[in-house]
Amino acid sequence: MTPQPVAHSTFAIERFYAAPPEKVFAAFSDPAKKRRWFAEGEGFHVDAFEMDFRVGGTERARFRFTAGRPIEEGTPCANDTVYMDIVDGERIVIAYTMTVAGARISSSQATMEFFPKDKGTTLLFTEQSAFFEGGDGPEMRKQGTEELLSQLARELGV
Amino acid sequence: MSTYAAAIDIDRVFHALSDRTRRKLLELLSAGPATVSKLAEPLGVTLAAVVQHLKVLEESGLVTTQKEGRVRTCHLDAAGLSAVEAWVHERRSLWERRFDRLGDLLDDDG
Repeated sequence: MTPQPVAHSTFAIERFYAAPPEKVFAAFSDPAKKRRWFAEGEGFHVDAFEMDFRVGGTERARFRFTAGRPIEEGTPCANDTVYMDIVDGERIVIAYTMTVAGARISSSQATMEFFPKDKGTTLLFTEQSAFFEGGDGPEMRKQGTEELLSQLARELGV
Repeated sequence: MSTYAAAIDIDRVFHALSDRTRRKLLELLSAGPATVSKLAEPLGVTLAAVVQHLKVLEESGLVTTQKEGRVRTCHLDAAGLSAVEAWVHERRSLWERRFDRLGDLLDDDG
């Protein structure tokens, strides 16, 4: 079999929150707070969430898909993170992988920047990802299709 | 997250878009419906080649064609592109949803 090319993609999300940067930052650095917005969402059951918020520290999240998702109920999902850079109240850089049903589907670097704006905070999240074969179902990864994705993302303005 | 399953449906769309000539056809059609011969002109390829490419685009849901007499007219079909859009959107929506929840949490904490 021909090795499947790795697909690369970059996207950014910008959000404004009506809370000062130190408060928004705390929602990233405090494990109890982070668990609430990062891990606990509809569609997932959280089996484990542990984080060690320091440069070189790791974060480990284990989920299972709940019913009603396009992925079969109970499918395990893992999110493994290393903190690469932390500037208190200003910036967090992480590297993380996502694993679904035992197969690693992507490896990414994500940068979170916190900018004070008016009485709130602009959060800028930028992710640079490599998507591996099988991440979207093996059928998806036909030759030559994946190199398109980053191009598509640009064209779609995301 | 749901991209894992949904992506299989757009397999054909990504295949169709992986060809430069087919993307060019879509660009031409985004300006409005056109006949096969009209599409062949700016591309500098044979009618037969355009027909082949259109077949791939049609099967993937990117283009619809209608034949009246001897003339086949092609239209852009939003379905295929919407599937791509949804795929890319979902790729990031995990984080979008997280940041929605972060907003709720910040509001809750006053």
